[in-house]
Amino acid sequence: MTTEAATEAIGWWGVPLAIIAGTMRGGTPFLFVSLGECLTEKSGKINLGLEGTLLMGAMSAYGVSYLTGNPWLGVVVAGIAGGFLGAIHGWLSQQRRVNDVAVGIAMIIFGSGLAFFLGKPFIQPKAPSLPTLELGAWSSIPAVQAALQISPLFLLGLAIAPLLTWFFKSTRWGLFVRAVGDSPEAARAMGVSIFKVRMLAVMAGSFLAGIGGASLSLYYPGVWTERISSGQGLMAVALVIFARWNPIACLWASLLFGGAQALGPSLQSVGIKEGYYLFNAAPYILTLFIMIFTCSPKQTLAGAPGALGKEDG
Amino acid sequence: MTTAPATAEPIKCDRPPELKVVGMSKHFGSLVALDNVSMTLKPGTFHALLGENGAGKSTLVKCIMGFYTPTAGEVLIDDQPAKIVNPRDAHHYGIGMVYQHFTSVPAMTVAENLVLSRYDRTNLINWKREMEALEAFMQSSPFQVPLDLPIAQLAAGQKQKLEILKQLYLHSRILILDEPTSVLTPGEADEVLGLLREQVTAGQLSVLLISHKFREVMAFVDEVTILRKGKFAGHGLVKDLTVADMSEMMMGEKKEPTPVHKIIQEQTKPVLEVRNLHANKDNGVEAVKGVNLTVHSGEIVGIAGISGNGQREFVEVLAGQREATSGEVLVNGEPYGATRAEMYKHKVFALPEEPLRNACVPHMSVAENMALRTFDRPPQAKGFILVWRAIRDMASGLIKQFAVKTPSPETPVGNLSGGNVQRTVLARELSADHIELLIAANPCFGLDFNAVDFIHTQIVNARNRGVAVLLVSEDLDELLKLSDRIIVISDGQFVYESAIANADFAAIGRSMAGH
Repeated sequence: MTTEAATEAIGWWGVPLAIIAGTMRGGTPFLFVSLGECLTEKSGKINLGLEGTLLMGAMSAYGVSYLTGNPWLGVVVAGIAGGFLGAIHGWLSQQRRVNDVAVGIAMIIFGSGLAFFLGKPFIQPKAPSLPTLELGAWSSIPAVQAALQISPLFLLGLAIAPLLTWFFKSTRWGLFVRAVGDSPEAARAMGVSIFKVRMLAVMAGSFLAGIGGASLSLYYPGVWTERISSGQGLMAVALVIFARWNPIACLWASLLFGGAQALGPSLQSVGIKEGYYLFNAAPYILTLFIMIFTCSPKQTLAGAPGALGKEDG
Repeated sequence: MTTAPATAEPIKCDRPPELKVVGMSKHFGSLVALDNVSMTLKPGTFHALLGENGAGKSTLVKCIMGFYTPTAGEVLIDDQPAKIVNPRDAHHYGIGMVYQHFTSVPAMTVAENLVLSRYDRTNLINWKREMEALEAFMQSSPFQVPLDLPIAQLAAGQKQKLEILKQLYLHSRILILDEPTSVLTPGEADEVLGLLREQVTAGQLSVLLISHKFREVMAFVDEVTILRKGKFAGHGLVKDLTVADMSEMMMGEKKEPTPVHKIIQEQTKPVLEVRNLHANKDNGVEAVKGVNLTVHSGEIVGIAGISGNGQREFVEVLAGQREATSGEVLVNGEPYGATRAEMYKHKVFALPEEPLRNACVPHMSVAENMALRTFDRPPQAKGFILVWRAIRDMASGLIKQFAVKTPSPETPVGNLSGGNVQRTVLARELSADHIELLIAANPCFGLDFNAVDFIHTQIVNARNRGVAVLLVSEDLDELLKLSDRIIVISDGQFVYESAIANADFAAIGRSMAGH
């Protein structure tokens, strides 16, 4: 790992630096998946299958980048692959007596299975990664330079969060999505097709999750392996609840998770080897605590879309 | 839903058109919900559609609005056949409907809901311009609702006003109102209907009102059309008809409700005592704000209030469905936590609202549901083993005694009609040999005349046997008929209390509205 060699020069300062770097790197997939899930859940559907979508996006981005030599084409294909899985989820989960969560679990297995099957030939070869913006060029310290290599995908995610807020508030389609998610009866009375709105919301959300996958395989860690997502798609679902279905809060929550993820590797880089696996578990522990603190049997969550996950909504 | 660009804009005209329904029928499978009904809504009139529950009123207006495709018949607008296949088409002809249940999105503001309801194709919303236009609209409309509040924070009366405003905002000239006053206080209902009446008198609007409140019909309506069991049952001008004429047409025969005979109780003792009880809503906001109550044996205490003022949460605490945040509930002087053991010990029974959700297991049979209170005790159980024959025998007896219409005791209770579900619950809750306390919440909601009459008689009989009854209802007439003492709940507090003999109808209405 580049940070590991570099931090030797700056000692303990490497820890916060690596966490900042990790926040931006590790936070990117969280950001895309959580924004995608936020959009999906605002329409009243839950998509747990984004874990599978993330893997499918990572695989297809890596594969296309390797085959064509163009990583940006890989990003686009990852989004399309995500949208395709989203279409399956959107259609299946809106059939009568079909439960979102059950379909979502099936889609995790289907998406990851498909990604592993199609991705076998791409595990060995090295695909071209996405170019990065060298924001650390002013510094002579290689560690700082390495840490401030920012992916354009991260910036794209930063832009999408406020854009999504604006979409929900000031566009007709945004109001439709919120209406369908909060009160399908009201939306139906206004002549809005619930099926169509949810289908498009699930597909667009999955498109974003697919791009999140591309950031895994083409930016950080920048390889394609079967263990690359390590549950980030599922954690993003928890993160949306933590963020109270607010895109801007999704952004902060994603950065927090990204930072938590970087804790283990950054401590390792300064030579703390004990408890490596424990520190690596930080995001999972964080998820657990968030679930415990935000959920109460006595009250429903403020901000939750009224019809979230309800059948025949 | 198909989009028809040509019909996106409503025809803007100052006068409402004439709406004619000719030979409308609607069949659902073998069920004939509507059978060859015709009616005319003349321009600038206030027309009421009357009928019992299940008479086909809602089916008729849903056919007009394009929610249902009629099996036969057509709609004429100014004598031209109108093809209405969805609410958007109806909007094109200037027809708008205000539904029985609110159709605004709770998490959105009033302004967002109004803009959302518009059938145009603006994709970007310029909030500055929209707010100016909305404020101008609000100035010129008969009632005002604050634009920047989320719907969830509006009172029921304001929500209902917003529903009507929405239609005015859409330039609807024919308003169809489906029991719009069911959630309003009498005062609010009069205000809303009165303002609409002014618009009708001015020739701006036609109104088709679905109602079964004769008081409103007599006060505001020009003409009535009456349906019975899906068929046309009568028509006339209100000024030529009496309430007795109309109710006879509605029910097919003259029926008087069974008079209530209350026996004066000699010795009473407090059964239910509630002390300074607080409870929260699902979202953590306080719903019940410190109420004190005592219900004595042989007494019916009625709690009136507009829905959403904490009565649901109050009943849920008493029924053990919700935890109180503080306060005490005592039954027969002992702390009561609504556990199964305590219910059995103190003989507490309940008729909760929405019985299918709160008092039944829909997929279990009628017999199993009737045994929910007793299945774990002899003679229905021997140790761990259930004695099915005893359960079935008891159910068969209760089905006969309470006249539950069910194909068999084994039928899942979820397959029965609303009235028979309520009878099933009633049979279970009122058949015990000895009852100390009965808690009933909207026990007659949505039931027909016979079922309501039966339930009222049962509740009064229980009272006369010495049962303490707490009756929570949104139906003021029901409370005035049954209660010995009436209490009004508003915003989680008891704001009015009176013995029924001294109860002041106007004061009750005012305190329900929170004044």
